[in-house]
Amino acid sequence: MGLLAQIVAVPELWLGLDIIVCVKYVPDVSSAELKVDSSGREIERRGLSYDINEWDDYALEVALVLREKHGGSVTAVSIGGEEADRVLRRCLAKGADKAIRIGDPRVNLYDPFTVAKVLSAAAKKTSFDLILTGVQANDDGYAITGPAIAQYLNLPHATLAKKIEIVDGRAVVHRELEGGVEEVVELDLPAVITVQTGIVELRYVSVLGIRMAMRREIKVMSLDDLGLSLEEVGEPWIRVEGLYAPRVERRIEFVGGSPEEVASKIIELLRARGLL
Amino acid sequence: MSEIIVLAEQRGGEAREITFEALAAGRKLAEKTGLKVAALVLGSEVEKLAEQLSEYCDTVLLTEDERLSQYHSENYQLVVSHILRERRPRVLVVGHTSLGMDLAPRLAVELGFPLITDCIDVEFANGRLYATRQMYGGKLNARVSARVAEGYILTVRAGAFRPSKTARRGVVVKMAPPELGGKARVRVRGLVVPAESGVSIESADIIVAIGRGIGEKTNIPLAEELARLLGGVVACSRPIVDKGWLPPDRQVGSSGKTVKPRLYIALGISGAFQHIMGMMNSQLIIAVNKDPNAPIFNVAHYGVVDDLFKIVPALIKKIKEAKGVK
Ligand SMILES: Cc1cc2nc3c(=O)[nH]c(=O)nc-3n(C[C@H](O)[C@H](O)[C@H](O)COP(=O)(O)OP(=O)(O)OC[C@H]3O[C@@H](n4cnc5c(N)ncnc54)[C@H](O)[C@@H]3O)c2cc1C
Ligand SMILES: Nc1ncnc2c1ncn2[C@@H]1O[C@H](COP(=O)(O)O)[C@@H](O)[C@H]1O
Repeated sequence: MGLLAQIVAVPELWLGLDIIVCVKYVPDVSSAELKVDSSGREIERRGLSYDINEWDDYALEVALVLREKHGGSVTAVSIGGEEADRVLRRCLAKGADKAIRIGDPRVNLYDPFTVAKVLSAAAKKTSFDLILTGVQANDDGYAITGPAIAQYLNLPHATLAKKIEIVDGRAVVHRELEGGVEEVVELDLPAVITVQTGIVELRYVSVLGIRMAMRREIKVMSLDDLGLSLEEVGEPWIRVEGLYAPRVERRIEFVGGSPEEVASKIIELLRARGLL
Repeated sequence: MSEIIVLAEQRGGEAREITFEALAAGRKLAEKTGLKVAALVLGSEVEKLAEQLSEYCDTVLLTEDERLSQYHSENYQLVVSHILRERRPRVLVVGHTSLGMDLAPRLAVELGFPLITDCIDVEFANGRLYATRQMYGGKLNARVSARVAEGYILTVRAGAFRPSKTARRGVVVKMAPPELGGKARVRVRGLVVPAESGVSIESADIIVAIGRGIGEKTNIPLAEELARLLGGVVACSRPIVDKGWLPPDRQVGSSGKTVKPRLYIALGISGAFQHIMGMMNSQLIIAVNKDPNAPIFNVAHYGVVDDLFKIVPALIKKIKEAKGVK
């Protein structure tokens, strides 16, 4: 629909879906050894590899699928330093039409309320039918940003989407509840939806695609470009005061040795319990 | 009023376990501060539930309306924010569930109440609110503070707080809901339960579970062979289902199945909380992971820090030898 339909004010006039996808650049922590830095509040970033947040990868993918079906456009938006360009390039290579990076060192990236406010301001600068975010970022895991954007923009929302369809100009969303049950909700557009992993299958990015995307423009914007003053952004609402290794009571016994020795010990264990 | 309000979560008039845990979190905050704890029950014909919850708190706020019988994002936000404006609690506690994740951030922005999600511990100290939560896939804990404000919201992780009854039964107070159902932009169409596709991992005695560490779909037969030799079935973590490598009914965890086999072998699974939730009560847990800091080792009984592609073939070979099969 977008701007044109709003001007013409003919709701039946369907000009495709304009979708904004919020993507975050996150460290891959699954097999890395994490160290807390000297501030005690952040992790040591050196030596970590970075990539698009897993949930956001699925959000982008479902946006591309919806665009293929209904027409329209996909804009990827990220708040972050130049490092985030890599993720935005990947989005372009996969098929996003536009990429915007809000690169302003004054934005506190560690506060999801600040992030949501800034993303809302960015969304207001364009016309859109749908804003997609991930359910959560795999570094902080707050799961706050998406619904917070919906409230800042006063739009309907749905979280934990496992399926999104556009029917008669509305979004029909399957929300994932606990234990595999799904709840079906219908939202008027424009709306905000947070996307769960597995919603669609991810496509591969070709090397050629990445190379082509190197030449595409990433629009960099500051708070001033968004018309947001520092006062409006305000202080962070929540703040990490310290990071430390979890203190848990472990019951584990490690089994060491060569693979053959380990295998023998496991077999002994299983035998002793009548499992073999 | 100086109280802590805990939003009860129910399905079909039955309290969900998280409700009692959230009440326990509320009481932990109340203990040192002398605040009272109130459970907020929304629904229709839920008086019995209100009675039950009165054993766990000082007050039960009961708001009944047919349109509150199931969760609806707009109606719930309308009612809860109305009640928060009226009662002015210090803190609202909600479960970190599909409901809490949906509702809490919007309420936080609407009311200007800082929100900390997925908390495993909570406390007031020096007039400020602090929470402990996990970050970076459960590898680190974070102590998080909230900006000083009139009120706060916390969502709490399942299993983190232990429910207990209060010495005295609380009183039930009825509260009328505000005007509902204006021009709704969200319509709830109902629940669907995806079809099951065969193998029941819930009734299996022995489970060989694979995670992203399995690398490729073509490696799954390796796990299947081990499972077959042990007389068990193959289950998995979420990414394996997301990729379409195994059907959804093989997924273990909060959005999958809860299993309690006699033996659970976790291969290349990091041990994210949502996975642990589904398997931590297994009788014997053996984890193989090349990362010594993987959180799966926090719940496993036996651990092997090594490449699963070295350990599993060796194990298969030895079991075959032991059984005398080729
Ligand atoms: C609302 C919600 C619900 C969710 N529900 C579920 C759920 O029901 N079930 C679930 O599982 N997850 C669920 N998740 C996802 C969960 O947060 C994790 O993302 C997921 O469990 C990670 O799966 P993994 O351990 O297989 O992958 P990763 O975290 O990527 O871990 C892979 C592990 O494999 C190890 N590894 C790699 N190669 C090898 C090798 N060759 N040998 C040995 N080890 C190796 C690595 O060291 C690493 O620890 C949910 C998330 C959300 C937000
Ligand atoms: N810096 C960022 N830039 C763009 N999107 C973000 C950023 N941080 C968070 N998001 C979006 O918000 C979602 C949830 O993040 P969180 O609330 O931090 O768990 C992510 O999946 C992203 O879609």
